[in-house]
Amino acid sequence: MSNSDEADMVHKETPAVEALVRDESSRKRFFAMVGGAGAAGAFGIFLAACGGNDNKDKTATQSQTQTRTQPTSSGTSQFGQGDLGILNYALTLEYLEADFYRKAAASGMLKGKALDVAKRFGEEEQQHVDALRATVKQLGGTPASKPKSKFPLTDQSSILTLAATVENLGAAAYLGQAANIKNKQVLAAALSIHTVEGRHAAALNTVIGKNVTPDGAFAEPASADEVLKQVKPFIVS
Amino acid sequence: MQRKDNMNPEMTSNSQLADPVLATVEVEGLTRSSFILKSALAAGSVYGASTVAPFVGQAFAKGQSDVDILNFALTLEYLEADFYAKALKKAGLGGELKKLAQQFGDAEQQHVDALTATVKDLGGTPATKPRFSFPISDRASFLKLATTLEDTGVSAYNGAGPSIKSAKVLAAAGSIVQVEARHAAAIRLQANKQPSPNAFDKTLSKQKVLAAVKPLIKA
Repeated sequence: MSNSDEADMVHKETPAVEALVRDESSRKRFFAMVGGAGAAGAFGIFLAACGGNDNKDKTATQSQTQTRTQPTSSGTSQFGQGDLGILNYALTLEYLEADFYRKAAASGMLKGKALDVAKRFGEEEQQHVDALRATVKQLGGTPASKPKSKFPLTDQSSILTLAATVENLGAAAYLGQAANIKNKQVLAAALSIHTVEGRHAAALNTVIGKNVTPDGAFAEPASADEVLKQVKPFIVS
Repeated sequence: MQRKDNMNPEMTSNSQLADPVLATVEVEGLTRSSFILKSALAAGSVYGASTVAPFVGQAFAKGQSDVDILNFALTLEYLEADFYAKALKKAGLGGELKKLAQQFGDAEQQHVDALTATVKDLGGTPATKPRFSFPISDRASFLKLATTLEDTGVSAYNGAGPSIKSAKVLAAAGSIVQVEARHAAAIRLQANKQPSPNAFDKTLSKQKVLAAVKPLIKA
């Protein structure tokens, strides 16, 4: 199947799927999780984050935004110190994403073009896994081990909704760490993954009939603690 | 493709084809930022949209301030906001695509406002808005240029990111670039293209960028 066919599918399938996904509660949960409630709030964060003249102290950034989003590195320290901790945290999330798509594709519940999207996005998440593992090793660290995962896979509609939730969460997770990364090459890599997570999230939001930019003009970050709490139900061990 | 290479922006090869549509965007203005944008778009038209990203990074790598980077971003947002505003008037958009164009144009204008305020807060002078001209007349030409401009926006922010000194400005730029990526994906779906053309949003090597940009700066 050509790329354009696949994208075409995502678009054309929207009306079919959106009727099945009118449950706003998951969206509300997501907003509550990332600590925001729409464009006005996000704009406030932007100004709070940029409003000062102190441009050299990352601690100042964290304290200013902590009340809303807590994008500190504390939650990643369980995965290692500094950039290594952040990378292994990201790696753990990517393991889960790749696993999710793999299991969804193997479930037999996805048909046709939804199946193709799961395979394609899953393959991209696997590329992120491979790249993050390589980077951890380059920095002299040990890549985090892959957790055992478990996802509620019941039908195509709920799988696509869960995919959207996971991707929006993943994008928020990378955004929450960007300012904590010290190494410029690690930062460049994280940014290049971050925007792909954002693309996945927007595509899946389109598929399930949700706003492609649910936070408005400014995407909201999520702290490691918030993200880990959200993915905990998917980790068996 | 070796994933390790993708993690290293200096080693990443540019697989994107040159994007001639960038050459059709006219930028008229006298400020440094408008000049750089013009050069970046010209480079992108020869070497591909992702050229813009390292161009931005390189342009500001040596002793350039966050205000310089923010002013470049502001100029790019002027371009995008103006693009959607003009598209809504003359591209004959309807239905879902028109709604997206309105929503995205509004977001770009919010980026303009936020970046303007941030430059002022940092004690700088916001770049003035250049004049733009876009070759859009219908849905197809709109989708083509919108895809290129949004992908370029992603590349530009990602390319500038590592050069940003302030953690606050970096966090803000991150929150904008994710929205640019979402716009890009949504527009790509409308254009029946893959929302994410690669597993990693790409940049070009320093050497290639310098080679691409040098003649443009002389000219």
